Amino acid sequence: MKKHTIVALVQDRPGVLSRVVGLIRRRGFNIESLAVGHSETPGISRMTIVVEWEDVEQVVKQLYRLIEVLKVSDVTNDPTVEREMALMKLHAPPAKRPEIVALTEVFDAKIVDVGANTMVIEMTGSPSKVQNFIDVIRPYGIREMMRTGRIAMVRGARGHTAEEYVESANGHAERVPAMN
Amino acid sequence: MSEKRTGAQVMCEALIRNGVEVMFGIPGGAIMPFYYAMWEYRDKLRHVLCRHEQGAGHAAEGYARATGRLGVCIGTSGPGATNLVTAIADAMMDSTPILAITGQVGSHVLGKDAFQETDITGITMPITKHNYLVKRAEDLPYVFEEAIYIATTGRPGPVLIDVTKDAQQATIVPNWDIKLDLPGYKPNYRPNLKQVREAIKLILSAKKPLIIAGHGIIMSGAVEELRAFAERTRIPVITTLHGIGAFPEDHPLSIGMPGMHGWVHVNRAIQECDVLFNIGGRFDDRVTGKASTFAPNAKVIHVDIDPSEIGKNVKVTVPIVADARLALQAFLDEFPPDREAFAELHGHASDWMEHIREMQAKHQPKQQYLNRSDTANMSLPPHDVYAALTKALNSRGNYRVVTDVGQHQMWAAQLIDWYRPRTHITSGGAGTMGFAVPAALGVAIAHPNDTVWAICGDGGFQMTNQEMATIVQEGIKNVKIAVINNGYLGMVRQWQELFENKRYSGTPLSGPDFARLAEAYYWKGITVEHTGQVEAAIEEAYATDGPVLIDFRVEREVNVFPMVPQNKSIGEMILESPHQS
Ligand SMILES: Cc1ncc(C[n+]2csc(CCOP(=O)(O)OP(=O)(O)O)c2C)c(N)n1
Repeated sequence: MKKHTIVALVQDRPGVLSRVVGLIRRRGFNIESLAVGHSETPGISRMTIVVEWEDVEQVVKQLYRLIEVLKVSDVTNDPTVEREMALMKLHAPPAKRPEIVALTEVFDAKIVDVGANTMVIEMTGSPSKVQNFIDVIRPYGIREMMRTGRIAMVRGARGHTAEEYVESANGHAERVPAMN
Repeated sequence: MSEKRTGAQVMCEALIRNGVEVMFGIPGGAIMPFYYAMWEYRDKLRHVLCRHEQGAGHAAEGYARATGRLGVCIGTSGPGATNLVTAIADAMMDSTPILAITGQVGSHVLGKDAFQETDITGITMPITKHNYLVKRAEDLPYVFEEAIYIATTGRPGPVLIDVTKDAQQATIVPNWDIKLDLPGYKPNYRPNLKQVREAIKLILSAKKPLIIAGHGIIMSGAVEELRAFAERTRIPVITTLHGIGAFPEDHPLSIGMPGMHGWVHVNRAIQECDVLFNIGGRFDDRVTGKASTFAPNAKVIHVDIDPSEIGKNVKVTVPIVADARLALQAFLDEFPPDREAFAELHGHASDWMEHIREMQAKHQPKQQYLNRSDTANMSLPPHDVYAALTKALNSRGNYRVVTDVGQHQMWAAQLIDWYRPRTHITSGGAGTMGFAVPAALGVAIAHPNDTVWAICGDGGFQMTNQEMATIVQEGIKNVKIAVINNGYLGMVRQWQELFENKRYSGTPLSGPDFARLAEAYYWKGITVEHTGQVEAAIEEAYATDGPVLIDFRVEREVNVFPMVPQNKSIGEMILESPHQS
């Protein structure tokens, strides 16, 4: 099964996250990563979902059945910018610090806290770069780690602005009355 | 209207504004303010007190299915709400527009395991088209408007509104100036004409075309358009279980029901056809059998209002996302104007129909089943009940039939003659036993001048028969129940007989004396034990001005044939039990 990266524009309403997650769960797939946050337009959020799916088209269609879902794109094969952030609290006695600082510089990561025997490092980058850094730093002893999950954005003019979906908000479809 | 209103009054007014006239439910603590308000509106909003919330849900479904209008059911928080769940799931599977209204504990104790608190919006998320938790009275006008719009448009379905007790009690000045804001919900009704033209090309090139008419024909009111289309093209028409009534069965182009208990000639025709035009059906697995072997030679045209149905189970050559009626209208409009263009199609279609009729003659489904030789020495073969019932229905007209789930349901679909939409109402998608009696209550309220027959098995009947009391309390007289009583959970027993070496595990079933039970409910009860009594009993049911139950004690081990075993191609039908002759 192939890993897919899905970007969805959704209305910010209570329950929307669990609806999306529930729909994927129902099909028995495991969500590898999920990130949600505000978009450029108030009231609309963007989700990035990474999941292993065999029949992505069907699940994309199913997601559209949710009332709050405005747009779903499988961007797996599109040119995208993908980012992830990780915070790592390292076991860092003073003797080890110079090495850690050097590695942090090489990877363009940031030291955001230094304690008596610990350091907190912030690493942002493509998911593979984040993973590489983690692999390199792991031997020093990671006490705590937190990753945000992946966010993705299609490069260039492609992609979808929330605006496109909001402007026609009130043009809801004509009602076709039932007969018989 | 700038007067102050309680949230509960707003709920009543929202329903009235949307044309709701009847609701089915049971009160309780968290929904009491709504019931309190309901009293004021009782001349406009009829409340039917059911005996179980599942019954209220199915009654709302029956009402909706019989009319195409919104059905409304009500439960209190906690167990009241969870009792609605089965009916909500049933409505979801059968695209039935119902609104479930539930009370919820006060918002200040939400999430604290308060008395009778259940997260019903969480529970029903996957079985509703949409649902809401309302904590502020101000939100009620908008939420009700949106909920009803969602339930009744596009592909219809169940919507649930859970309202906290304090939101029902709060007083507000309601804002009825509502503009729906649904950027993510824009059902597409009109077909893409390019695709319609492509489909027409495909149809005109066909040698063995078939139409499958599904539930969508009935829901969109496309019966006339379907008939015009079939007559214009002369393509044979199949009606699915939920498509029953979409096309009259006495029409020369009607060939019958497909699928697991479909007719041999229908299933064989599907396996042979070269163009399959499915309008408003969702290729349910009970229709397709093993999907990968379904209609192997066919190019498929699929019209469905729900894009996610297209390509879900069967590969489609021409997808058309549209309302079935508007799609058929477009087909009629887009056809070439000259009749010449049809000559070739008509030639092929008539050869093809002849071939199908030959297959049918070889198996003679209905007649063969109504006069089975193996039933000769049975005192009451179930088929005799259907023969007599069909005769009575045809001679009197004005009938609605609600069936439960099991063998009796399949016999009803097979053996009764169906002519009109919304006369056959059943639980097809979920297959919910216990559907028929409460659904019949809803149907009877919607159509007080029709005779409503509920056909049940003795198993399903015992799940919800307490709604017989509701029917009496409401003064409903036009309901008749036929229990096809075989002392087994018949359909499961059939599987056990055919595929599990007669290991009748958990299927022999006793019941009370149903006729006496009926009497206890102040119904007329009649027991029928042999064929000679059937007709008289049905006559008596018709002659009685009030609800009547007939307990048909049929031969215990008769099977529904033809039958496609689970996971087999629909070409592989069993026609009789291996150990019967
Ligand atoms: C609520 C529910 N429970 C179980 C089933 C499984 N089931 C399907 S058909 C059937 C037998 C129905 O027996 P009965 O109501 O006596 O009808 P018959 O098949 O004998 O006509 C059962 C148990 C079901 N469909 N619904």
